[in-house]
Amino acid sequence: MENLHFELPGQRVPSRFDAVLVGVVGSGNLEVMLEPGSDPAHCTFAIHTSARGFGPIWEAVVRNFQNQHGLGGVVVSINDMGATPAVVSLRLDQAVASLPDAGGAQI
Amino acid sequence: MNAVWNSQALGRAERLARAANALGPRLRGKVAAAADTVTLLGSVMVSGDRVCLEGNNQKQADFLARSLTALDPAEVNHLHMVQSVLALPEHLDVFDNGIASKLDFSFSGPQAARLAKMVSAGQIQVGAIHTYLELFSRYFIDLTPRVSLVCAQAADAHGNLFTGPNTEDTPAIVEATAFKGGIVIAQVNEICDVLPRVDIPGDWVHFVVQAPTPNLIEPLFTRDPAQISEIQVLMAMMAIKGIYAEYGVQRLNHGIGFDTAAIELLLPTYAESLGLKGKIGKHWALNPHPALIPAIEAGWVESIHSFGSELGMEAYVQARSDVFFTGADGSLRSNRAMCQAAGHYACDMFIGSTLQIDLNGHSSTATAGRIAGFGGAPNMGADARGRRHASPAWLKAGEEARRGRGGVHAMPRGQKLVVQMVETFREHMQPAFVDTLDAWKLAEQAGMEIPPVMIYGDDVTHILTEEGIANLLLCRSDAEREQAIRGVAGFTPVGLGRDARMVENLRDRGVIRRAEDLGIDKRDATRNLLAARSMRDLVRASGGLYNPPKRFRNW
Amino acid sequence: MNAHTSFAELSARQRVQAMVDVGTFKEFLGPSQRVVSPHLAALGVPYAFDDGAVIGSGTLNANAVLIAAQEGEFMGGGVGEVHGAKLTGLFRRALRDRPAAVLVLAESGGVRLHEANAGLIAVSEVMRALLDVRAAGIPVLMLIGGANGCFGGMGLIAGCADFVVMSDAARMSMSGPEVIESSHGVEEFDARDRALVWRTTGGKHRYLMGDCDRLVEDDVAAFRSAALDLLGQCKQPGAKQPMTLESLRQAHARLQERIENVGDCKDATDIWQRLGVAHPERVGDMEAAEIQALVAREQA
Repeated sequence: MENLHFELPGQRVPSRFDAVLVGVVGSGNLEVMLEPGSDPAHCTFAIHTSARGFGPIWEAVVRNFQNQHGLGGVVVSINDMGATPAVVSLRLDQAVASLPDAGGAQI
Repeated sequence: MNAVWNSQALGRAERLARAANALGPRLRGKVAAAADTVTLLGSVMVSGDRVCLEGNNQKQADFLARSLTALDPAEVNHLHMVQSVLALPEHLDVFDNGIASKLDFSFSGPQAARLAKMVSAGQIQVGAIHTYLELFSRYFIDLTPRVSLVCAQAADAHGNLFTGPNTEDTPAIVEATAFKGGIVIAQVNEICDVLPRVDIPGDWVHFVVQAPTPNLIEPLFTRDPAQISEIQVLMAMMAIKGIYAEYGVQRLNHGIGFDTAAIELLLPTYAESLGLKGKIGKHWALNPHPALIPAIEAGWVESIHSFGSELGMEAYVQARSDVFFTGADGSLRSNRAMCQAAGHYACDMFIGSTLQIDLNGHSSTATAGRIAGFGGAPNMGADARGRRHASPAWLKAGEEARRGRGGVHAMPRGQKLVVQMVETFREHMQPAFVDTLDAWKLAEQAGMEIPPVMIYGDDVTHILTEEGIANLLLCRSDAEREQAIRGVAGFTPVGLGRDARMVENLRDRGVIRRAEDLGIDKRDATRNLLAARSMRDLVRASGGLYNPPKRFRNW
Repeated sequence: MNAHTSFAELSARQRVQAMVDVGTFKEFLGPSQRVVSPHLAALGVPYAFDDGAVIGSGTLNANAVLIAAQEGEFMGGGVGEVHGAKLTGLFRRALRDRPAAVLVLAESGGVRLHEANAGLIAVSEVMRALLDVRAAGIPVLMLIGGANGCFGGMGLIAGCADFVVMSDAARMSMSGPEVIESSHGVEEFDARDRALVWRTTGGKHRYLMGDCDRLVEDDVAAFRSAALDLLGQCKQPGAKQPMTLESLRQAHARLQERIENVGDCKDATDIWQRLGVAHPERVGDMEAAEIQALVAREQA
């Protein structure tokens, strides 16, 4: 298992929300949980993954995500079982869509 | 002058006489007993003969293949095997047993690893690896079989053959063999008084043997919708909106895979919502894919011509004779050679998946340690330069490729759409985009003259990944082409190595289009869009006519 | 795009939301509390924030219920220490809250082998807690509709419930098909013959044998409807069998009778024939509603 941690600047702070969770920890899949964070100027990413040695790719995916969404005051926690970047990006987008701001349904 | 000009006919007569002698009264007209098969083969074959064995993609003359491996190599050896597909262990056992020594073929998926080992051990001398149509063509020029071992569903006493839905390669093989002094031997599942229809006339057939068990047929074109992922749904949406709709693709071939199955299942739903019915997908060169059932039922499909059949689809096909090619008996008539030609000349688009793409767009499924060959994809996945009739899709693609160019490229001309559809990462995080194709390594390992490329970069018109569509027709330099490919290669090393500014420029010009540019919301890409999400849904959609093989039934 | 919503396609979390009245689900020990497996990390296997079990409370047509759902895609729905403890805790809570019913949306291969004895103990604790709830007169409903089926220890737990609802796509048994094949050989049981697997362990067979009380289509609304129907039934006086020594003896007698009547049958189709089904060879293709109409059954 590998643990990765990223903290990226962002301004878009979602209005008050309960934790949202999308995805499932199955083969080639991952779960993504969004929770309110204490730092409104950053979004932190905590990644727990069974696939080792892909740090640079995770960083690229996460930076790409932040470029799009620019979240602040959010903690993104991931449990991953070998999902490809395509699936990771999809789940991250789905998680953001589940925030009350985005008009998506909770969990 | 004492030149002999009918030595082949004389030779055939000699071999037939030898067979009659060896089998005696047990040979009843053309019908030989199963127990005499090895004797029969031994009496009609001579060392060094060129022998064709079916060896098709789906249908296998398995009993004849087994019998061939039982020949005495001291009597018959150095056979030159010419066959479409190496599917069964017996297809390589004949080399192991010292009966055959040379091979020309097209595809060897199931035997790819063993073939590679035997080639490197010097047990097999490979003449060349071909596409299907290319190999059939050589049966009429310089690879004509002396003896062909084919299989059919049934025969009558005159040797007329009924091949049924899985006609496949048989007509091409038998025509070349029978009319050039060769001998045709058929294994059949049954011998009847009256055949449902005649697929091969008895005049062209010399011997018929009833096999102890029905010949093998593999369901290779069935894809369980339950296995289609959200990413595949997203890519299918992009294909439909970004390419099918854009060019108005009415005549096409789908390479087999879950990617294309997703497209087939999105026609009655997503494509319908875009108002595309009647504007795309009318005519197909395609095996009877179960995944196409919902689209057929919804009235999208006018015609389908098939390379072979698909297990479980027989009753459905019979009940849809307006769509499929069927005989007077009601069942499908397939024909690989004609369908390959149709896919090459009469279709405006090929779309399929691959394993690797390099920076020039060359696409390959070759991997080190496996000699898998090509099958039919290059026939469809290539511009048909001999084509002359126009269609809107063909003209539009051709115009895009030649826009602003001079010299020989200034002549107006059409071009076939050849789309390679691939996720940027395959299983085990293997990147699909590479600097150097494994094909180079394989060529070196196996002593090939050139690397085995499935689809050449200058034939590829579009590359579609989860990151978007790269339109190579609009690229005007190697540098642009490279960046267009990097621009859809996602987070692979090739993708991360992109020149961001150039890629943005290509996107502005419409050379690269992302889902957002096509007006597609990625969150809409769910399995709920599929017209059928399980095998059972497919059966229901067919009104109970589709009867999936046992391995696919989970209810 | 689809006329109905497939139960099998939904995740555990989505199934729970779809079963209870909208907006009424309150999760206990949700993912943000990170009550994760203490064992998996040591084995280099990723954990899930909810350990593959979603538990909580909600209402079903205004009836208060406690509800659990197993995530079949996580470790095959296997019961590990935390996962099992969540189920046990839910049953114990039922003794306190006295809901109209406890619903378990089961999808599991049984004990999570990675957790070995901890998983085995967990399964037995769940059984004990479930039986306590039944003994207290609170109905326990098993809803089985996932692609992975309900096997192993979880199959045994399902057998302890008051009522079982299955879709025809679901399966319920003890040993899985591959285990049977590797123990007894492919002639005895060919695990790749999917039709055989479903004939032997699928919802239709279980229903015809009397091991499940309702057979529904793979449709969320159908599951909800069946649960409500059974709930309503439970409210009738005398509808629910009390768990007594006598009722257990009767159940054993019925099982003995079953062995005597059909124990020598080689295939489920032979059993169905003996049970009086007119066209046993067609059962595989029939819809759930047709099967239900086939055999008139008295409620146990």
